[in-house]
Amino acid sequence: MMIKQFLFVLFILVGAPIVGGLLFGIDRRITARMQGRYGPPFIQPFYDFFKLLGKEQIAVSRLQFVWIYGYLVFMIASLVFLVMKSDFLLLVFLLGFAGVCLVLGGFSTKSPYAHFGANRELMQILAYEPVLLLLAIAIYAQNGSFLISDIFRQDKPLLFTLWPLFLAVLYVLTIKMRKSPFDISTCHHGHQEIVKGVTTEYSGPYFAIYHLAEWYEIILLLGIISLFWTNPLWVGILIALAAFLLELFIDNITARMTVGWMIRLSWSVGLILGIINIAYIYYTKGVS
Amino acid sequence: MGLIQRSRVKSPWILHFDNSSCNGCDIEILACLTPLYDVERFGMVNMGNPKHADILLITGPVNMRTARVLKNLYEQVPDPKVVVCVGTCASTGGVFHNCYNVLGGVDKVIPVDVYVPGCSVRPEAIIDGVLMALQKLAKL
Ligand code: SF4
Repeated sequence: MMIKQFLFVLFILVGAPIVGGLLFGIDRRITARMQGRYGPPFIQPFYDFFKLLGKEQIAVSRLQFVWIYGYLVFMIASLVFLVMKSDFLLLVFLLGFAGVCLVLGGFSTKSPYAHFGANRELMQILAYEPVLLLLAIAIYAQNGSFLISDIFRQDKPLLFTLWPLFLAVLYVLTIKMRKSPFDISTCHHGHQEIVKGVTTEYSGPYFAIYHLAEWYEIILLLGIISLFWTNPLWVGILIALAAFLLELFIDNITARMTVGWMIRLSWSVGLILGIINIAYIYYTKGVS
Repeated sequence: MGLIQRSRVKSPWILHFDNSSCNGCDIEILACLTPLYDVERFGMVNMGNPKHADILLITGPVNMRTARVLKNLYEQVPDPKVVVCVGTCASTGGVFHNCYNVLGGVDKVIPVDVYVPGCSVRPEAIIDGVLMALQKLAKL
């Protein structure tokens, strides 16, 4: 049993970056097609990754590298939590730690651009973290436990009772994927943040590590979304993929907005949806 | 060719720097990004951050002010890197060659790998120049 679980986790840890990288490749291709361009090959993110691995390492500050490894490790840890069907609340905290590592990485350099990016990344964490916490509370209200394995035990999908929070989580997905209108701390493709936001000072192999962590991140987020429909799981995965495609669409039809707007919208819409949702669950189930 | 070498050719990230050009060449570089030419199909992305770039696309003649900036940018790009001069001005100084503040072509300040002449260069020529630079990059 132990060995089987271990192998499964290992399989996911190897498979996740491959699927994540491919998703980013699909993202670039679809974005190009929406803009009337031909677009790069689907495996372009892997070319970028291996090229970056072969580049010179330039050290701006030694601490920076600790933080970028921290970002990767915490991201992998939260993915392991998801795969092991462990505690959802701890997963949210680990995700928060990963974000904080990225912020500290930005602050550990002297570049003002990286500082700007780190400030904005902090704002992004401020915008999405409460919504994820509310999701954890709502899951507790619904199932009476924070364990992901208990979600799998329910016959009725979470989506039926938690659909307002599902909308809020879709919103978090945009913030977390750093897509327009929330590509505030850094961004993808040829767009330019102030230079390159929080990743400005990372070059060569360390930038490759950032990409790797991002691939884990996208799988983790899509995994969280698929938790809304765990019986059978493939419906949840389909919902997650649909959410991903919706995200690409939104990315292409919107422009970047300001930090203040993001916080206001996320706190007003996300938090109100979440609180109403939790209140409704307790109202129908009765507070025990 | 190893995996990393192969990837290098497939994913050139570009840093575009304008010394003191008339902007003719810069417009042509931007034209390469449009749907008609779409350089992203070769994996090229216009980066805007020297620390992520592989290829420096430089337009315009070097003048006394930009020489220091250009050198600085060149040093910030991690190895392996190649430099492409876009336009007659960047190659030799062009029509500005005897201005009082102009030093001349880009090769007066940093080593250049590919010269793309033309005033202004056609987007096809720029893409061709970058592909030539990639052949050089593959051997580095
Ligand atoms: S080569 Fe011609 S178009 Fe290009 S910068 Fe010089 S003068 Fe302008």
